Amino acid sequence: MDFILLSILKTAIAAPVLLGTLAYLVWIERKVLAHVQLRMGPSRVGPHGLLQPIADAIKLLTKEDFIPSYVNHVYYWLAPWLALMFAVTAISVIPIGPIVEIFGVKTNMGQADISIGLLLILGLTGMGVYGIALAGWSSNNKYSLLGGLRSSAQMISYELPMALAIASPLLIVNTLNLREIVNGQAGYVFGIIPNWNAVGGLQMFSFLIYLICAFAETNRIPFDLPEAENELVSGYNTEYSSMKFAAFFMAEYANIITACSVATTLFLGGWHPIIPNELGGQFIPTLICFFFAGVLFYHALNPARPSDRLSMGVIGAIILGLGLMFQVPVVKDLAQPLFWFASKAGFLIFVFIWVRGTVPRFRYDQLMRFAWLVLFPAALLNLLLTAFVVAAKSN
Amino acid sequence: MTLEAFFFYAFTTLALGGATLAITRRSAVHAAISLMVSLLGVAGLYLLLNAEFLFVSQIILYIGGILLLFLFVIMLVNLDAGRGLRQFHQRWPLGAAVTAIAGVAFAILWSRAKLPPSQTMPDVGNVELVADTLLQDYLVPFEVVSLLLLVAVVGSVLLARKRA
Repeated sequence: MDFILLSILKTAIAAPVLLGTLAYLVWIERKVLAHVQLRMGPSRVGPHGLLQPIADAIKLLTKEDFIPSYVNHVYYWLAPWLALMFAVTAISVIPIGPIVEIFGVKTNMGQADISIGLLLILGLTGMGVYGIALAGWSSNNKYSLLGGLRSSAQMISYELPMALAIASPLLIVNTLNLREIVNGQAGYVFGIIPNWNAVGGLQMFSFLIYLICAFAETNRIPFDLPEAENELVSGYNTEYSSMKFAAFFMAEYANIITACSVATTLFLGGWHPIIPNELGGQFIPTLICFFFAGVLFYHALNPARPSDRLSMGVIGAIILGLGLMFQVPVVKDLAQPLFWFASKAGFLIFVFIWVRGTVPRFRYDQLMRFAWLVLFPAALLNLLLTAFVVAAKSN
Repeated sequence: MTLEAFFFYAFTTLALGGATLAITRRSAVHAAISLMVSLLGVAGLYLLLNAEFLFVSQIILYIGGILLLFLFVIMLVNLDAGRGLRQFHQRWPLGAAVTAIAGVAFAILWSRAKLPPSQTMPDVGNVELVADTLLQDYLVPFEVVSLLLLVAVVGSVLLARKRA
């Protein structure tokens, strides 16, 4: 099929899924955070607050888009969309599955398969900072400016250890193409331990450093100094309302998805299952779905919660069907890699939320000292050791 | 007009227009953003020549690193205070003369030289080519340059320290 036509088709499938995920990530975050803090979380709109993202979207779309009189109009208008554009574009180079054949058309699962995919993601996330920095500056507000300044300083500082942490597994897989990076992690050590960079490749330290830097690059707690609510009245986005405000939030979540997907492809073996398919790895998605469906059915039958009878039953049935789908011959090749990729990236996203509910915010000087005096030397040492090991192995 | 020509002119417009704005804007932030647009245009030209590694390095290093640092400093010291000032130096005649001479020289060179058609890179992988060239063919100059950069870094740290 024509390259352009295929790309448009793939984008038409991926874009709504991505936007839906962004909306529901907010729901997941609020729900998980609430349960960490022994609260209920959103629970009024729809069963278990499941329609909350839609209500939020309607609210943000219909809200008055108030623009203060003292802002710099061009950059004020440009900044949120700049941030969102770069954040969403970066996702397009991530491979979410192997090359598959659907209706006789052979294609890779993922939007673009380019030889410098990883570097392009680094470049695009680096450019995303302009959105935040310009928002802080154009708002013409002291707190916003401080937020923008903090974000640019923080991004530059944490990009260094991040790049070094990414470089060490690259020495092992010896390519910058994300698909080849995943393929390089196929197979199992001793037939059972997955040959992922973070496990069989002995790159746990790189993985850890990358994850810490990812928290800083996505402006998440404990590194969310650019929008520290209690000292900067939420920093760079103070003067924004309506869809422009939403654009910043969508950009943040898109950045989280990108960071977790990169971690998955680089360190956690992408779409490869955790135990070999011969030892039953292909049945794990089905078993997990059956387990969740069972839990939901159990709660649906609980006489003390009559309000859940319908909603949990229906969702349980959907999950049960999903579990069966993983064994249907034609769909299987498509669904199984997708399951493994999504569950690994999803677990990392859960870690992001988990940390937000657990760890307090750094102070600004602590943040900088940690980056330059701890993380940077550690990443450098890690890279050096990896280089020695790779050199010793190749001789 | 082919697609390639269209992109060539688009990127050239970005590069030249951005550069012009960068030196004519009064506001320092506007100038920095214009410079970013200009660098982006140059990066696009690299991409048109199939030099994708250079393209990404340009974006990561210049746009995502150096220019962001520029912007950081401009915002930090609030250079816009000097926005209303008139230019006070009086070297316009000299500047115009040098520009005219350089322009004439460039025009003569350009009309005489037989420029070969721009070469596109072979499709073997740009990163490997750059690495081979830098770390095998030109290893010593490359290391000397990195030593120079190291000296500059250490020197700047030393200078910053003495004042404190």
